[in-house]
Amino acid sequence: MSKGLERRKAILSDPVAQFERAVEIREFENQINALFASGTIRGTTHLCLGQEALVIGMASVLRTDDPVSATYRSHGIALALGITPESAMGEIMGKAIGCCGGLGGSMHLCDIELGLLPTSAIIGGGMPIAAGAALAFQVQGNDRVAVALFGDGATNIGAFHETLNLAAIWKLPVVFICDNNVYAEYSRINLTTPIEDLHIRAESYAMPHFALDGMDIDAVREGVQSAVDRARSGGGPTLIEAKTYRFAGHSRADQALYRPEGELDSWKSRDPLLLLEERVKKSGKMTDSEIAELKVRKAKEIEATVALCQAAPEPTTKTMFENIWSRKVSQ
Amino acid sequence: MPAMRVRQAIATAIADEMRTDPTVIVFGEDIAEAEGPFKTTEGLLEEFGPVRVRDTPISEMAFTGAAVGAATMGLKPIVEIMFIEFLGVALDQLVTEGAKMRYLSNGQLSVPMVVRASVGGGLGFGGQHSQTLENWVAATPGLKVLAPSDAQSAYSLLRAAIQDPDPVVFLESRVTYAERGEVDTNLKMEIGKARVVKPGKDLTIVALGQMTNVARAAAETSGIDIEIIDLCTIVPWDKKTVLESVKKTGRLVVVEEQPESGGWGSEIVATVVAELFSDLKTVPIRITCPNVPVPYNGGLEARFLPNPVEVNYQIDQLMATGKAPQPWWTREGF
Repeated sequence: MSKGLERRKAILSDPVAQFERAVEIREFENQINALFASGTIRGTTHLCLGQEALVIGMASVLRTDDPVSATYRSHGIALALGITPESAMGEIMGKAIGCCGGLGGSMHLCDIELGLLPTSAIIGGGMPIAAGAALAFQVQGNDRVAVALFGDGATNIGAFHETLNLAAIWKLPVVFICDNNVYAEYSRINLTTPIEDLHIRAESYAMPHFALDGMDIDAVREGVQSAVDRARSGGGPTLIEAKTYRFAGHSRADQALYRPEGELDSWKSRDPLLLLEERVKKSGKMTDSEIAELKVRKAKEIEATVALCQAAPEPTTKTMFENIWSRKVSQ
Repeated sequence: MPAMRVRQAIATAIADEMRTDPTVIVFGEDIAEAEGPFKTTEGLLEEFGPVRVRDTPISEMAFTGAAVGAATMGLKPIVEIMFIEFLGVALDQLVTEGAKMRYLSNGQLSVPMVVRASVGGGLGFGGQHSQTLENWVAATPGLKVLAPSDAQSAYSLLRAAIQDPDPVVFLESRVTYAERGEVDTNLKMEIGKARVVKPGKDLTIVALGQMTNVARAAAETSGIDIEIIDLCTIVPWDKKTVLESVKKTGRLVVVEEQPESGGWGSEIVATVVAELFSDLKTVPIRITCPNVPVPYNGGLEARFLPNPVEVNYQIDQLMATGKAPQPWWTREGF
């Protein structure tokens, strides 16, 4: 079994492994933030700080042959699905060891073995593709399910509405998960959208829909599982709205100074990491000292990943000419 | 060999591929129950059923993207864009998602899909239903772009497109749908290979789609021995066939149904000049449409499109002076 598949298997049912993965994602994102801030990494990046429970909860109920079409806020979902920190960070640093060989960068992570389709840097861009994957499963007559993960901003783009309609009329085995982190890029959702509960938009497509607490992994697991079960058994698509909060700004350049005072602190009181920590403590699976030890260990591991990726070789020039088409055609 | 209309050749090619390959599916607006607004999918629903032949909502973005997603998961979808202009609302899915899937998965994914679209002027469909717009897709690495000109090339190229492991845009001149031609269903045509449809020794015309017919008509009444190349594939275009021909004739005229700016013919001319500069007897020229939208009025639309009279005028001037003649709109002071 590959390292990625082992990592995926680990989080399927073990609360300790799920907590550990959340700590890993938090450490990873903090390191990435620092590396961008110091100018060590070029380009842009979009952190998923505060949204760890959603991606880990999703990954823990999906099969590896259930493809996920996600967004440029890609690091968390990639690590949750099992991509190794060196494969993700290598890609973000543009190195040959990256999951896309250094051709993709922060916004374009991919590992088909783990079900991660190339993440899209276009708002809503991944939604029709998830529906298409689901169409393939329907035509092939298998029981695979496709998942689209997208933000609240995507509910205002045409792809969202067209895709929900198409998935509904064809009863496709697809689950739409809207990560409503309150902000679409720099704009609070209430400034751009006349409704608070985005999932009700599925009503006009006669599609089952509901909201869940995206900070609570058990709520995520239960909700996603129910939608996946429906899709797998031929019951068609579901729109889930996961209520989360983006602890960081939209992207590298954004300090998120537009937030109302106290909003971030209020959400931080329900930080998914705190909730996951409480969960393993209450159930007696980890002690305070074990938790402290885990955090130190994960921080060291991610530091080591940074060092490993920084020392890793650059991709060769040849790689930029490969994989345009299936066969090389001289032009 | 059976004679069939271009639209029948297209439907036959799809049906023949669907019979041999169960992963081929087809969807688009009005293509199943109604058998296509141009009857290019006639008989498909009846033979292959509603799982593989589907009507879609008027949602080009969703269904073009669905083709991309289905292609990544083992199907070979064919989607029909009724008029190429409707691809505008789906360009993101084709150009930014589909064309990049292979690259941004580091080769983990292939996208074997075909986007068929009707293109071109001549039928009075007006400014938003008469363009060719090859350049929208020709400038995107990752896509292959084909354009048949008759029943045989429609049949053979479409089969090649469906079999191809990469995303192919297949541009069908709407004017040719009703034209008949003999089709040898065993004849294979390759993507990236042009056809010499008329041999000649004095001058090479490179044309595409319905302009191949314009070139043929011009050659019939020309005093010059013209060689006509039907380019068939815009990306990746057949340099070898074009360069061999121009090396022989020493003269190149590209006939394009496309406004003058940004057309594919500029690529041909640039390459020919770079590769064959000292072999050229006259300057290579392009005969194009003017830089205006397609006018509705029948007389104006006929002037807009390159036609045999203008092609022969340009060729005669070129032969007489060795210099590039002005296009008609410049001659007439527009």
